[in-house]
Formats: sequence, structure tokens, C-alpha cells
Amino acid sequence: MSSSTTTQERPLGLDPEGTVHVSHDHHELGFLRKYIFSVDHKVIGIQFMLTGFVTLLVGGLLAMGIRWQLAFPWTEMPLIGKVLFPETGGVATPEGYTMLFTMHGTVMIFFVIIPLLTGAFGNFLIPLMIGAPDMAFPKLNMLGYWFWWPGIVLIAMAFGAEGGGPAAGWTAYPPLSTVEAAAPGSLSGQNLWLLSLTFVGVSSMMGAVNYVTTIVKMRAPGMTLFRMPLSIWGLLISALLQLFALPVLTAASFMQLFDRVFDSGFFTPPDVVINGQRPEELGAASGGHPILWQHLFWFYSHPAVYIMVLPAMGFVSDIIAVHGRKPIFGYKPMAYSMAGIAGLGFIVWGHHMFMSGMNPTVGLVFMTATIMIALPSAVKVFNWLGTLWGSRINLTTPMLFACAFVSMFIIGGLSGIWMASTPVDIYIHDTYIIVAHFHYVVFAGSVLGIFASIYHWFPKMFGRMMNETLGKIHFVGTFITTNAVFYMMHQLGIAGLMRRTADPYAYETYAHLQPLNQFISYSAFALLGFQIFFVVNFFHSIWWGKRVGRNPWKANSLEWETPSPPGHGNFDKQVEVYRGPYEFSSPEIEEDFWPQAAKV
Amino acid sequence: MSLLKSFFFRVFISALFLAVPILGVWTFVTADDHGWWFPENVSSYGGEIDYLFNVILTMVAITFVLTEVVLVYCLFWYSQKRDSKATFSHGSHTLEMIWTAVPALLLVFIAFSQMGAWNAVKIDMPDGTEADEPYSPDRPMMEVYASQFDWRARYPDEEGNFDGMDVVETPYDMYVPVDTKVVFRLISRDVLHSFFVPKFRLKQDAVPGMEIPVWFEATAVGEYDLICAELCGWGHYKMAGKVHVLPQDEYDAWLAGAREELRSNGSLD
Ligand code: HEM
Ligand SMILES: [Cu+2]
Ligand SMILES: [Cu+2]
Repeated sequence: MSSSTTTQERPLGLDPEGTVHVSHDHHELGFLRKYIFSVDHKVIGIQFMLTGFVTLLVGGLLAMGIRWQLAFPWTEMPLIGKVLFPETGGVATPEGYTMLFTMHGTVMIFFVIIPLLTGAFGNFLIPLMIGAPDMAFPKLNMLGYWFWWPGIVLIAMAFGAEGGGPAAGWTAYPPLSTVEAAAPGSLSGQNLWLLSLTFVGVSSMMGAVNYVTTIVKMRAPGMTLFRMPLSIWGLLISALLQLFALPVLTAASFMQLFDRVFDSGFFTPPDVVINGQRPEELGAASGGHPILWQHLFWFYSHPAVYIMVLPAMGFVSDIIAVHGRKPIFGYKPMAYSMAGIAGLGFIVWGHHMFMSGMNPTVGLVFMTATIMIALPSAVKVFNWLGTLWGSRINLTTPMLFACAFVSMFIIGGLSGIWMASTPVDIYIHDTYIIVAHFHYVVFAGSVLGIFASIYHWFPKMFGRMMNETLGKIHFVGTFITTNAVFYMMHQLGIAGLMRRTADPYAYETYAHLQPLNQFISYSAFALLGFQIFFVVNFFHSIWWGKRVGRNPWKANSLEWETPSPPGHGNFDKQVEVYRGPYEFSSPEIEEDFWPQAAKV
Repeated sequence: MSLLKSFFFRVFISALFLAVPILGVWTFVTADDHGWWFPENVSSYGGEIDYLFNVILTMVAITFVLTEVVLVYCLFWYSQKRDSKATFSHGSHTLEMIWTAVPALLLVFIAFSQMGAWNAVKIDMPDGTEADEPYSPDRPMMEVYASQFDWRARYPDEEGNFDGMDVVETPYDMYVPVDTKVVFRLISRDVLHSFFVPKFRLKQDAVPGMEIPVWFEATAVGEYDLICAELCGWGHYKMAGKVHVLPQDEYDAWLAGAREELRSNGSLD
């Protein structure tokens, strides 16, 4: 990677005078080329975003189904019940409930968070923020979006698969997931699930190759690595994680598919008798080991949880600096700690397997590494607080969401320490404490970070502002209900409640937890309800929002040098970078911001 | 926004963020009154696990409150309209050193303080060498079989054989003596399951193809919920069992009676 002060190569698409080759008024592209099969990174980013909203709604409705069942087990589910469980008149079935949480997790992780963070914002922001006219491989970029679609179609088909949808959890542990007799939903549903994930993986891979290449090769003159906004650092590191980890998941998925279709037996141990049948009798090979899948799966999926948060950490850092009018406190420690999280992230996967039957001595090694990964997370929190200290905060909607990210990431990061501690994890593993933990980091962290980013970059995307009043109502409602839903899950977990339990109240241990679960469910319904303010605001503002100029937030980074929205080719003038992205409130100049591309 | 309106908005937002640590701590403090806290512990090592949970809770709670309060302070104080610019600072090497080194030490301390308890539960099995260790992984008190969707305990015959005619099998309910280090082998016949007795603070996955040794020592007579803690299919939620902890003499009598019944009937009913 080059770290010289100026990048020698001229960004693609700029001729020696620095004017853009392909300008938007050059030739009008047809509707299909412009909005559907576009190779423009901005259009592709927005395609990812709009598609992601739809999948987010689907994932959210599935969550409401889970919450309904936990609050009022085996009663008729309003609205979605009739669609999901037509045979029973809208009452969840046990296998249907299993499918609900399997699909909720799958949709949210592979079809919402990763595509929104990397697909939508990675695409939209990378070329703009580093001063490039487009991605390094625009056609590959378009393919990346279109390879996502077979994944969406396959996962949608899986809902209606013969015997019910996939029902082995998003973690798909064999033999439940590999032996057809083990689960009704593991007929064709699980095969579709595996194929779908493969397409999503290929799509992510195309994106990741593009992001890394673009960031390494196409930075504007003067944009050194340590002048890149932290958003770019987050996106770069998560793309590297994808490149190293995804092949393992893809290989593992194929092994599982082979086990299912060709009876290869990678994960089938000897001596199992499932539903009265031995796999050997059905022609399956055996001699494999179910724990092998867990190693392969978590070798991908632990880094994946950081893929799901590092970009959001970057966005939130940028938003806090802009709306706090203050330089990032400890820019380099911020970048290094992201790299530290990524590096350590590859040696901690075993913390998901402390109870799995893995050699307990190995557990001690994974425990130590995992506890240490809380360190870079802590450093990031301290630096965010350091940035806020002495700032001049504008309480805009993006700033409120960004601060909410910090507030809630603290909770999610801290609860990680309990789970990393092996003896404590004996009790809390797979209880609702785990559910609370990962929702605090993935929902309260990443999703609120995504909201912050949408409010912040919407003016650049559409040339108009979102409405601040609606935005603030959305914020307040989301903040309160998110905490009501997920904080109380710690309490369920401490009381011992297991996740993935369709009807816990039959157990003496859990009987008294139903009122608390009802409270959580009501809060969850309200949380979904408050999103209406966002949807209305978003679509109203696309057409009727207040028009803005290039730089409505008075920010420094390069995307704000372009027209809002930027035309094809992005920059209508040559950009050169003279300083880092966080020169806010500098005493050297009158203004409280100093754009990266301003010569003086 | 008018000055007054913006003042109230600042106060409101700060109160919202301040509610997180206040209500957060309050929830934990009052949790026990609502049954939102640990169920009572009845195992020899459970107390240690609860203690470690609480040690981490203390450290985590202090960090949580401090960081959230600083966040609220910044949100309130620095959102005031001012004529001066923000502090122009790119960071502080000293502060970075402090807030890297101090948490690092605390985290290393946490890691090391866990190892003893983990060893005791999962690594150093009772091996039958001490006087109070009648069972060991080689000579377990019982085998527990998990399968979709039931639990089955198997007690060996007097010679310790698990494959003879005199093996007592009990579905769903298992019987163990109190104040004794019970060692058993955990086996799955089909998919993954997990043996979870909340009041023992004990959890261990059952894996087909493996025989995993597990031990516990119950400290109080009673009946305790055994819950499957690993998704095992549609009936996972109802894969319930009961562990009956009996005084030693009642346990002996129960086992003898069961063997007797087995010999006379050819089966238990
Ligand atoms: C402070 C750093 C963190 C630590 C020490 C930590 C630790 C852990 C541990 C030990 C588990 C396994 C618990 C169990 O199953 O018994 C876990 C689960 C999980 N963590 Fe974290 N974590 C941290 C940060 C994060 C972040 C940043 C994310 C995502 C953005 C995340 C997402 C998850 C998810 C999704 C699971 C549950 C997976 C599943 O079983 O379905 N964690 N974490
Ligand atoms: Cu992990
Ligand atoms: Cu189960």
C-alpha cells in the first residue's frame, strides 16, 4: 500500500486538465441504463439501500412474529399470522416458530446489515470520499448488486419450501441442518438457504474486491492513507475481513450442501440414529464431525460481526466530528484500534463454542483473546468521548443517532466481557443475555449508525434535506423503545431464559417471565411503529425536501465538494487534498471548518 | 429554534440519555424483587460462578455509569450556543496511554481470575482418587442420553457395566444423591442438544459421536428443571427433564428398588 504524501497516479476518468471525461450532460442514458443496470457507484449504492429497506421490513415483521409468540404463545398472530401460518389460521406452529427466528437472523445479517453498510454506504461513499470518479471496476460493481438478487429470490423461495422453511437457526448447526430426517424444514428449505447465502457471499466478495482496489489505487492526489476519513478506514478494514473470511463460509456451505445432496458426511458422525433412521442406511457416509462446522462457521461469522460494525463506527466518527465541529480525538488510535479489532477478530471464534464439547483447555486461549478484544473497543469509546469533550454540538438528527450509537455500543461492548469469561458463560451461553448483547451491538449500534448516516448523507444522495422535526420524533421514539426492548433482555437472561424457546412458560423456572416478555413485545411493536416517521420522512424528502447546495453541514471531506447530488463522474473540478478530514475549529482560519480540498 | 425552545430541547435530550444509566442501574438493583435475577444456586461451584458474574458486573457497571455520564455531560454542556470555537485538539498521547493501559490491566485481571473456576468445572474432573469422589469419567454414576426430544438417564449395574441386562433407564427424570460429586457421560443419539440445569449453573452440549464427561455436586435436596439449551428441532422448547436430588439413603433405596423391579418385571414401568 502506498503511503507517500501524494498519490502519483491520476484518478481514472480525469484528463490532464482535470475535467471529467464522462460528464452527465454528455449523453443521456436511457432509464434502464441509468437507474436499473447502472454502473454508477452512487446509483448502485442507492439500489442497495432501497432494497435493504424492503428486506429490513421483512426482517422486522419476522421479529414481531417472534415477539408475539413469546408474549402470547400459541394465539392467533395478527396481520402476519395469516400469511405465515395459513393452515392453522394464524397460530404459530413449533416448527413455524423455529423458521421465524432462523429467517429473522438470516435476513437481518445477510440481507440487511451487511448490504446496507457495505453495499449501500460503501458504494456511495468510497469514490466520493477519496476523490475518485467511480469504483475501480464499475461493471463488477453492478454485478455485485445483481448477484444479490438470486440470493433474495432463493431465500424468499425458502419460506414456501416443501416441509416448511429453513429451521436450523442462522447458525445452521449440523446434524440438525444436514440430516433431512432431523427437521421438517430441512427438506429443500435448507438447500435453498445454503444456495442463497452463497450468492450473497459472491455479491459481497465482488464488492469487497472493488472497495479495496478503489481505496488503494484511486485516491485523489494528496489523499494519503492517514488523511482518509475514518468511514473509509472502517469500510477498508471490513472489506479486508470479507476477503479473508468469506471463502471459509462459502466452502463450509458447500460442504453442508454436499452432505445434504450427495450424502458426503463431512459433518455426520458415526452412530447417529435420527428419527429412527441411521444415515448409513440411507446411503450417507459418516465419520465426520458436527463440531467441524462450528469452527468453519464461526471462523467466518465472528469476523462477520465486526464487518457489521466497523463501517458504522467509521460513519459515526465522521458524523460526530462534523456536527460537533471538532477534530476527531486520537485519529490514529481510532484507525489502529479498528485494525486491532480486525486482527484479533480472527483468533476469537472459539468463544461461541465454549459449551460445544471443544477441548476446554482451548477455551482458555479463546477466552483470553476475546477479553482482550474489548480493549480496542474501549479505546474507541474513550476517543469518541474525547471528541465530544470541548466540542460545539449541533443537536441535529444525525448527531443524535450517532450519540445513541455511542451510548448503546458501550452496553453491548461491556456485556461481551461476561460472555467471554468462560465460567460465567457456562450459565449465560445461549440465554437472552446473548440476545441482548448482540442486539445492542448490531441493532442499537449498527442500525442506529445506519440511521445517523442516512440523515447525514441524504442531502448528498438526493440534493435535499430530510425533515428535522420528523427526524427527531423518529429518534426519540427509537431511542426509548430500543432500550426498553433490549435492556430488559439482560434480565430475562440472568433469570436463565434460553433463546430459541417457543413456549418457555411451561417450565417452572420461566413461568414468571411472561409479563416481562409482554412488556418487551409491546415495546418492540412500538419500535416498529416509530419507523413510520422515518419512511414518511425519507420518501417525502426525496421529492419535497428543502433543496441544498454542495455542503449543507459545512463538512470537510471530499464528497461535499461535489454538486448535490453528484453527477456521473462525481467531481466537476479537479480535487487535490491538502490536509486531514477533521480540521474543524482550527484557530488558523476564520471559518470553523477547513475542507480537505481547500488550498488555503 | 428560539432560545427557550432550544434550551428545553437540550435538557430533554440530555435527560433521555441520562435515563439510560439511571434506569439501567435501577433495573439491576431491583431485579431480584421481580424475579429477574439468578434462580437460587444449589451446586457446589455455582456460588463461584455467581461471584465472578458479580465481580465483572461491578467493574462493568462503574465503566458504564462513568462513560454514559460523560456522554450526557458533553451532550448538555457543549450543545449550548457559544461564540467561541470548539477546542482545537487532535488528541493526547498521555490520555491514550492511560486509557489503553488501565483497561488492559483490568482485562488481564479479569481473564486470569476466571481460569480457576473454569478448570474446576470443565477440566479437573473428580477422578475418583479422593475419598469423597466415588465417581470418575471412567466410572461414571450414569450416562445421560439426549435425543429428539427427551432425556434418558442410564444407571449401570452393580459392576459398573452399561451394557448388561440390569441397566436401569429412566426417561425425563433422573435421580442423584445430594452432596456427592456426580460424574456422568453426556451422549447424544441424534442432533446437538445441551444439558442445562439453571440452578446448578451447569451447561454442556451433547454431541453425537462424543461422550462428554460432566460433573456437578448438588447441595440441596429438591427437584430441578433440566432444559435443553441447544436448538434441536421443532420440539426443542419442550425437551424438559427433571433432576431429583435425594438424600443418599433415599437415592440408594431408589436405585435398589429400580433394579429389583427391573429383575422381576423385565422392565420399569
Ligand atoms: C467488546 C467486544 C465483544 C466481546 C468481548 C464479545 C463477546 C462475545 C461472546 C463471548 C459471544 C458468545 C456468547 C455465547 O454464545 O455464549 C458473543 C456473541 C455474539 N456477539 Fe459479541 N462480543 C463483542 C462485540 C461484538 C460486536 C461489536 C458485535 C457485532 C457488531 C457482536 C456480535 C455478536 C453476535 C451476533 C453474537 C451471537 C451469535 C449467535 O450465537 O447467534 N459482538 N460475543
Ligand atoms: Cu464472536
Ligand atoms: Cu433442544
